[in-house]
Amino acid sequence: MENLQTKAINTWCPGCGNFGVLAAFKKAMESYNKEDVVIVSDIGCSSKIIDYLNLSSFDSLHGRSISTASGIKLGNPNLKVIAFIGDGGALNEGISHLIHLAKRNSDITVLMHDNRLFALTTGQFTAVSPKGLKTRSTPEGLVEDPLNPLELMLDSNATFIARSYSSKIDHLALIIKKAIDHEGFSFIEVLQPCISFMDNFKFYNEKIYEIEEEKRTKQQARKLIEEWKYAEVGNIPLGVFYSEVKDSYEKIMNREIIKDKAVNIEKCLEAHL
Amino acid sequence: MNKKDFSILIGGAAGQGSRKAGLIIAKIFSSLGYKIYIYDDYQSLIRGGHSFSLIRASEKENNCSKKKIDILLALDEKTIQEHLKDLNEDGLIIFNQDKVKEEKGIGIAIESTVKELGGIPIMANTALLGGFAKIIGLDFDFLKNILEKEISKGIEKNLEIAKKAYDLEEAKLKIEDIGDSTPLLTGNEALSLGVVAAGLEMYIAYPMTPATGILHYLAGLKDCNVLVSQLENEIAVINAAIGAAYTGKRTMVGTSGGGFALMTEAISLAAMSETPIVIVNSQRPGPATGVPTYSGQGDLLFTLNSGHGDLVRFVIAPGDVNEMFVWSGKAMNLAWKYQTPVILLTEKDLSEATFSFDKKVLSEVKKEEALMWDKNKEYQRYELTENGISPLFFPGNDAIVKSTSYEHDEYGISTEDEEMIKKMQDKRLRKFESMKKEIDNIEAINVYGDNSETAVVCVGSLKGIVKSVCEKLGIKMIQPIVLEPFPQKQALEALKGVNKVICIEANALGQLSKVLAQNNIKVYKSILKYDGRPFNEEDLKDQLKNI
Repeated sequence: MENLQTKAINTWCPGCGNFGVLAAFKKAMESYNKEDVVIVSDIGCSSKIIDYLNLSSFDSLHGRSISTASGIKLGNPNLKVIAFIGDGGALNEGISHLIHLAKRNSDITVLMHDNRLFALTTGQFTAVSPKGLKTRSTPEGLVEDPLNPLELMLDSNATFIARSYSSKIDHLALIIKKAIDHEGFSFIEVLQPCISFMDNFKFYNEKIYEIEEEKRTKQQARKLIEEWKYAEVGNIPLGVFYSEVKDSYEKIMNREIIKDKAVNIEKCLEAHL
Repeated sequence: MNKKDFSILIGGAAGQGSRKAGLIIAKIFSSLGYKIYIYDDYQSLIRGGHSFSLIRASEKENNCSKKKIDILLALDEKTIQEHLKDLNEDGLIIFNQDKVKEEKGIGIAIESTVKELGGIPIMANTALLGGFAKIIGLDFDFLKNILEKEISKGIEKNLEIAKKAYDLEEAKLKIEDIGDSTPLLTGNEALSLGVVAAGLEMYIAYPMTPATGILHYLAGLKDCNVLVSQLENEIAVINAAIGAAYTGKRTMVGTSGGGFALMTEAISLAAMSETPIVIVNSQRPGPATGVPTYSGQGDLLFTLNSGHGDLVRFVIAPGDVNEMFVWSGKAMNLAWKYQTPVILLTEKDLSEATFSFDKKVLSEVKKEEALMWDKNKEYQRYELTENGISPLFFPGNDAIVKSTSYEHDEYGISTEDEEMIKKMQDKRLRKFESMKKEIDNIEAINVYGDNSETAVVCVGSLKGIVKSVCEKLGIKMIQPIVLEPFPQKQALEALKGVNKVICIEANALGQLSKVLAQNNIKVYKSILKYDGRPFNEEDLKDQLKNI
C-alpha cells in the first residue's frame, strides 16, 4: 500500500502513545487495498488519527462513531470498517452502542485507545480510570471503581476480544490485522499512555506480558481478562483472549437484499384493496 | 340516514379486534365505491380499556369525521355508554348480544356462533362481519370475497361462521354500489411507499408510537427490497443511518417527539457532514412522554429549530394520504439533491388514520439521481462550488471520501483555520440559498377557495377537517406543506386581499402563528385544540363562525 500520509499537521503531544497506534495501523494496512477500507472516528485525541491517514473516513459524534461505523458496514458489507474511539467515547458516552454492537455481532473493528482518562478536555476520569485518581473534577480522588472493558465485551457476546499496547507496534499491527480479518464484532483495547495526564509507560513496560494464541472457552478467557483489574497491582496480559466464528449481523441482514431490483408500487397496493 | 355519506363507529375493549373489523367494514364500503376515512382511537394498553374506529364512507372524499354516527357497532357495553349520545336520530345500533344488554337495536350472536361451530375466540369478528353484512343488505358472496382476501388462516371455518351469523340476521338497509374500489392506506403506509418509490434502500428505527407503523409496514414489504433494521435506541438509529447514507444507501429513520429529541445531535451531524437523510417525526401530544396514542402538533417549533449550530433543514408536513406519498418521495429526492437532513413532520391523526388513496399520484414520484463526482479532477468531498452543492462519491471505489463532523477543508481534513471556517460556512450558506430557491420554484403550499377577506391557515393532518369546513363556509384555506425553508413568497401571494388570518392548530402555544409572524404574516386569531383528539366538522364550524 502506498504511503498513507495526508497534508494534515499532527497535533498530538510529542511522545504521545497515539503515535504508536498510528504506526501499527499503517503497518496493518499494508495487507489491504486502500479503497476497501473506511475508518471512523469519535471525539478526543485518539480521533485525530483519521486526519493523518489518507483513507476514506467518517468523523462522527462522541460515543456514536461505532454506530456510524455499523451503518457503513450495513450499507456496504464489502468495506472493512474500523472505528477509532477513546475509552471515554466507548465506555462513557457510547457504552450502550458498544454492548449492542457486540451482541449483534456487527462486523466492525472497534479500536479503543485506552489512556484511562479524558485527555483533550485536560484530564478528567473515565469509566476505566483507577480509583483514587486525582483530576481537576475529582480533586479529592476518584471514588468509583474502574470497569473492565474486556469483561464487559465478553459478557456482551463479542466474538473477538484482544488487548495490545501502543509501544508494541508489531504486536498491535498483528492484532489489528486479525481483528479486521475476523468476521463479526472485534474489540481491541490498546493501552495508550497519555504523556500529559497519565504517563504510565514505565508501569506498562513492567507489567505487560504476551499470551499464547490458542482457542479458549469463555471461562478460560475470563480468567485471563480478570487478571488485571485496572489497578496498580497485577500483571497485564496482551493478545487475543477470545475468538469465535459466527455470522455477522450485516451478512445476515443483507442476504435477502437483491441489488437493482425494480420496485413495483402497484403490486404493493394490491394488498390494500 | 344519508344514503351516500355514512359514519360508522365500531368499538370494544383492546384485544377484541375492533380495529381490524373496522378496517374490513371500510373495505366493504370501499369496494362499493365509497371514499374512506378512518379515525382510530385507542389507548396505550394491550388488553381492556376502550378502543374505537370511526369510519366515514362517503361518495365524495371527506378526510374527517362527522360528529353524529349513523351506525353504532358495539362489541362491549362501554361502547354503548360512550357513544350512544352521538347516534343520529335515525341511527342504527348493532351490538354483540353475547356481551351487551341493549333493548333498542339489532343483536348479533357473536361468541355463541363461534362456539357453536367450534371456532376459536379470534373468529368473533368474522361472526360480527357476517351479521353486519346481512343487516346492510350485502350478498354473502360479496363478503366472502373480502374475507378470503383478509383472512390468512382457517378461511373455511371463518366462512362457515360468517355464513351462520349472516343467516341469523335480516336485511335492514340497502347500501348502494356507487363505483370502483380504491386502495386504503394509512398515512404511515403511504409515506413508506412514497419513499420506496424514490429509491429507499434502508429504514432504521426504534419503535415509537405513532411512527411504529412505518417500521412494521416496511419490514413486511417483501417486494420492495428495503433493508429494515431495529437498533437499540434512536441515537444509534440516526447515527447508523448516516453511516449507511455515506456509503450511498438511501436511508430513512422514523420516530416521535421523544425519539426525535434524541436524534437532534445527529441532525446537526448530517448537516455538517452533508449527508442525505430523511427523518420522520410523527407527533403525539407532549411535552415529554405526553400522550402516546393521541395526536398533536406541539413539536412544530422544535422541529424547525432542531440541531445545534447554523443549519437549515427541509421540514415538510404533508396534509393527507396522497401528499404523504408524494412528499415523502420528494423528501428523499431533496435530501440527495442537497445532501442534507429532511424532516417529514406529521402526527398521529395522519400517520395512523386510514384513507382512500388516489393512484393518480403514483406518477409524481420517481427516484432522482444525486449530483455525482465526474472524475475529471481529484475528488474533494467538500469542493467549494457556486451553488454550495459538492458532488457526491461513495467509499469502496476509486477515490478517498472523507466526511466529517468537524469543520473541515475541501478534502475533509479537520480545520481550525479562520479563513477555511468561513469559507465552509459560506459554502453551506450558498447551499441553504439554493434550497430556498428550490422551494420558491415548486408548489410548496396548497390554496383552496378563492377571494375571501378571511383566510384560514393550518398544517398537516388538519387539512382534511379544515378544508371540509372552509368549503362549507366559503372561506379561503391555505396549507403550507414545506415549513422550512418557508415558502414566504407563495404564502404572501395567496394572502393578497385577505385582511383576517385565522390559524387552526393542534397545540397549546399557537406555534404555527409564531412561524407565520416570522414571515410577516399577522394572525388575527387562533383556534387551538390540544386534548389529543381531532376536531369534528360541527364544532369547528361553530368556532369559526364565532370569530
